[in-house]
Amino acid sequence: MAQFSAEKLNKVNEIIARYPAGKQKSALIPVLHIAQEEFGGWLSSETMDYVASLLNIEPIEVYEVATFYSMYNLKPVGKYVFEVCQTGPCMLNGSDDIIEYIKSKLGIKVGETTADGLFTLKTVECLGACGYAPMMQLGKHYREHLTKEKIDAIITECERNAVTNN
Amino acid sequence: MGRKLLLEKAHVPGIRSYEVYRREGGYRSVEKALKTMSPDQVTEEVKKSGLRGRGGAGFPAGMKWSFLAKPEGVPRYLVCNADESEPGTFKDRYLMEFIPHLLVEGLIVSSYALGSNKTFIYIRGEYAWIVDILEQAIAEAKNNGFLGKNILGTGFDLEIYVQRGAGAYICGEETALLESLEGKRGNPRIKPPFPAVKGLWDSPTVVNNVETIAAVVPIINITGEEYAKIGVGKSTGTKLISACGNINKPGVYEIDMTISVEEFIYSDEYCGGIAHGKKLKACIPGGSSVPILPANMLLKTAKGENRMMNYESLSDGGFATGTMMGSGGFIVLDEDQCVVRHTLTLARFYRHESCGQCSPCREGTGWMEKILKNIEYGKGKKSDIDLLWDIQRKIEGNTICPLGDAAAWPVAAAIRHFRDEFEWHVQYPNAAQNRNYGLAHYADPLPVASAPKA
Repeated sequence: MAQFSAEKLNKVNEIIARYPAGKQKSALIPVLHIAQEEFGGWLSSETMDYVASLLNIEPIEVYEVATFYSMYNLKPVGKYVFEVCQTGPCMLNGSDDIIEYIKSKLGIKVGETTADGLFTLKTVECLGACGYAPMMQLGKHYREHLTKEKIDAIITECERNAVTNN
Repeated sequence: MGRKLLLEKAHVPGIRSYEVYRREGGYRSVEKALKTMSPDQVTEEVKKSGLRGRGGAGFPAGMKWSFLAKPEGVPRYLVCNADESEPGTFKDRYLMEFIPHLLVEGLIVSSYALGSNKTFIYIRGEYAWIVDILEQAIAEAKNNGFLGKNILGTGFDLEIYVQRGAGAYICGEETALLESLEGKRGNPRIKPPFPAVKGLWDSPTVVNNVETIAAVVPIINITGEEYAKIGVGKSTGTKLISACGNINKPGVYEIDMTISVEEFIYSDEYCGGIAHGKKLKACIPGGSSVPILPANMLLKTAKGENRMMNYESLSDGGFATGTMMGSGGFIVLDEDQCVVRHTLTLARFYRHESCGQCSPCREGTGWMEKILKNIEYGKGKKSDIDLLWDIQRKIEGNTICPLGDAAAWPVAAAIRHFRDEFEWHVQYPNAAQNRNYGLAHYADPLPVASAPKA
């Protein structure tokens, strides 16, 4: 069973210290973010149980939160997750075409991961980048004003990074 | 050129850093408030300013502050709502990204007024990189004596913490936000009690939008009275508008609420007109929840007056012929856009974001998406349009929080003003698969049915 490093445990304790005594559950959402980053981009039930034990709360309290918020992945995802916005303002600027293009380029449907485990395609609802549409989130950052050429370049960039990091 | 109070310095090189921000006059309001004013005097200035909550509801901010319960020995909290998620809205992101110290400065003054010694910024989880920007600004403010213990030697202590959400529109509703901050699902609370009495960890709490808090800085600097002179009527001060859709210059603009909608769309100072030389078909001026208006109702009110970019004028005529200022998320549709398809994306959004607590919203949003999908993909029936109308009516007003209304209004307004476009989809499903209904009579004050029929 994987556990946080001493550095991450310090971070968790630092977050808990922000709240009044006995309100450590307030750290749940930030700690789940850390857990997802640390343990392969998704939350397994083992990970969620571990977080419950860290915060001294019941596992069900973690499950109900993890299943409520859309940023938590409850099954394994690719190394790079394309989260493409499809809400009104992005649609007005061609997000439908962008999603179709990524599907055909990667050969996967929305919600799927490429066979090499490199890419997952997700559609998401408004991310607050409406003026820079169409857009997607990739890791911590937004990629905006998307075009087919930009998608090509992003895919190449990810493939290159994957090789360098291995 | 309208007056700028928030974004005036946003493009000064290096303004993200404390040194530049301070050199440009930053943190003066903290010195003024903490050294020369009592907390109640600060609240009084905000009341005098007429500042209305910039998150969407437009409730007077000073009045909200004055409701805060102050029992002895119980901590009070200020929580900044940075969960900006209303489609079309990206103004708070802009402010936090480009001029983060303005928010920190506003939070210090506001926390002083409210007696909060621990203030939280709840930011939507997707704005992950902005957390770093804010935490950097907070650390710099602390290093320079504007945060921490005994600020400026006045005895006032304050820490500001940034906490990320994890993807849930509903957490922009203030009681859902508090639930989320407490580590729970974002289910809105039944009110009363209101957060002002029982909020974060059962303590009295004020939740304010990013832009509202930022506006406290100029209010203290120039006085509430001076702030109230800017704008018109009950639309005082300046408002950030995030403009998007089919326009030449999407972006965030600060307006003083005295300009017309027409000027905002067509002037080069703002949106710069409709992209690709096309014509304006429709607009949602205040974020996806507010009623969509066809061009012929947008630019002029029912009385034939120019419609202005302020709370009163945008809502002139009620929902029959008006709309709302909302969050200032200004979405523009050109002549080639399909109102049915656009409404479908919004219905899908609200279905996805409904917390599921109240059945009218949980079930109704799903039904509306399904029916709209059928109409959009050529499987609609004429009775579906009335069914949609019926469902939205049964959601509105029947839920714990306003998400139900927010989901109902876009569908209601689309049918109210674009019924013939819906009927065309049902009547000519094949044609509707291949092309859009077009501008029809929506740009024209006369109802001339000039749309393609087959």
